[in-house]
Amino acid sequence: MPLASYETSVPVVVDDAKCIADKGCTVCVDVCPLDVLRISDMTGKAYIAYDECWYCMPCEADCPTGAVTVNIPYLLR
Amino acid sequence: MALDQIVDGLSEVSCDVLVIGGGTAGPMAALKAKLRNPKANVVLLEKANVKRSGAISMGMDGLNNAVIPGYATPEQYTKEITIANDGIVDQKAVYKYAQNCYKIIEELDSFGIRFLKNENGDYAVKKVHHIGTYVLPMPNGETVKKALYRQLRRARILISNRYMATRLLKSADGRIAGAISVNTRTAEMLVIKAKAVILCMGAAGRLGLPTSGYMFGTYENAANSGDGYAMAYHAGAALANLECFQINPLIKDYNGPACAYVAGPFGAYTANNEGSRFIECDYWSGQMMLEFYNELLSGKGPVFLQLKHLHPDTISEIESTLHKVERPTRGLFQQRRGVDYRSESIEMHISEIGFCSGHSASGVFVDDNARTTVPGLYAAGDMASVPHNYMLGAFTNGSVAGIDAMEFADSHDFAEFDASEVAMERERVMAPTTREDGIPPNQIEYKTRRLVNDYLQPPKVTRKYELGMRRLAEVRQDMQDRMIARNAHELLRALEVQSIMDCADMAAHASLYREESRWGLYHWRTDFPEKDNENWFCHTLLSKRDGRMSSEKRAVEPYVVPIADDEKDLYDKQRIRASA
Repeated sequence: MPLASYETSVPVVVDDAKCIADKGCTVCVDVCPLDVLRISDMTGKAYIAYDECWYCMPCEADCPTGAVTVNIPYLLR
Repeated sequence: MALDQIVDGLSEVSCDVLVIGGGTAGPMAALKAKLRNPKANVVLLEKANVKRSGAISMGMDGLNNAVIPGYATPEQYTKEITIANDGIVDQKAVYKYAQNCYKIIEELDSFGIRFLKNENGDYAVKKVHHIGTYVLPMPNGETVKKALYRQLRRARILISNRYMATRLLKSADGRIAGAISVNTRTAEMLVIKAKAVILCMGAAGRLGLPTSGYMFGTYENAANSGDGYAMAYHAGAALANLECFQINPLIKDYNGPACAYVAGPFGAYTANNEGSRFIECDYWSGQMMLEFYNELLSGKGPVFLQLKHLHPDTISEIESTLHKVERPTRGLFQQRRGVDYRSESIEMHISEIGFCSGHSASGVFVDDNARTTVPGLYAAGDMASVPHNYMLGAFTNGSVAGIDAMEFADSHDFAEFDASEVAMERERVMAPTTREDGIPPNQIEYKTRRLVNDYLQPPKVTRKYELGMRRLAEVRQDMQDRMIARNAHELLRALEVQSIMDCADMAAHASLYREESRWGLYHWRTDFPEKDNENWFCHTLLSKRDGRMSSEKRAVEPYVVPIADDEKDLYDKQRIRASA
């Protein structure tokens, strides 16, 4: 069967101005239990690559610059 | 190289004791094994990152089962857990836990984890259970993982993050020989030879589908996909009482409790839409859950946590614990909904089903030394069969497992395994990456878990179970023949869904085997509605025999702490009777 992708609004928001992933920081990517965060090749900043979030908050709590905000996923808000 | 790109690779390492799972029980098991023999090699393997993995990723708001001298005795606790589990308990392991857990609390305290104390410096224990007093709040419970991590570093435990174990290895004579694992970001495989292996892989929390429909909005950490149960099963270990599901009372739509253990001791309670209490005791037993379920469906439903009657200062105190520790997004959720605890009650609902001995009684069968039925293989925490053991049970039994496993490793050499098993497992693991076209893991998972909700969720009906098993078998076929994984991350999910499918099959098989109702809602079979002590006052053990799932009865060990006849049904009388 052919595959299609569909859009989904994701709960983790990264403030690019504060994120220092382009300086080598990987804290949020390292601590995520579901391993859903990645560093973008294009911007050098962290982002949520997979909509598989447990909204548990280590990424937000451990971010050294306060760049990460975890929201409640839309489906259960 | 970009993360998630598949790399072809297979390497082998060895250690004395391998601990799989770095959540709660695992770090303690690794620490105790290493302290037992500092010269030995201890490896702690973790699918995520030990710093923030497992059920206590963000911490824990309290101990639910602390047996503290002056407040409770090991005998009293053993009795309470036996009654809450309808008598189906091997008391030796529960009693041993109750005797050892105070020592572990003191040790955690020395690690820098703080517990609530009163003005005299004594632990401020609260009453939630029916009989005894065991609940100890942890106002700075968010420090648990950090404190544990410091201890692991100090003891020089070798930590391997982002490796998912997939199968155990055994020798021809049935002894444990190690485990096979795969890197979750590169798909490279790693074989770890070990003299003893401890499984601390958490609950099967991604079994049912949450009512929100968000696949990762589960009560348990969604990384806990039941891999430990599947691995133990395929290694031939016995699993106990899997029909005793975990179902918990939660905030409607949110995956955290309201939470009676935190708010109850301050005067909050569970109420129906009339504002009346309907259960005697908020402790999470199957009997309590059945009354909760009945009330939800009744004309007096739904169910609420009531705390607006409390003093505003008290509410603020409850709020600060509920919104800071364990599930900190709870505050954000309530804020968005516009729910203020001072003026409104909190709507509650029940969770999806799962396996978790932390709150129920199912798991890989272990004795009081945390030994499974496979020599050299241990299990502790939410996936092992010691009932109602919560976080403190994971620490205490993890400690028992670590010490016993190191003693086993010290007196045994490496067991030899057949190299063809590794080759076969490599083929199974990588199969989804070899297909050009097919079904992605998220669709296989959604369908499996939707069927679990439709057919396996209590009340359990035989004919529905038979139909459900037939449908699950069709999805299993698709999973085996057609599932695709286009990168290493998708392969991780593809492997997890295979664990979820195994757990669904085990949940169905075990539930059909026990032809009675027991443990309230957890095993409520409407076509066998009565408790049948004559035929079913026993454990059930499920295991793989000649490649097939098989169940048998196992007698309950003679009690260490006797239960009087008039005490046996204390937990059956959960519903508050209308006064005349």
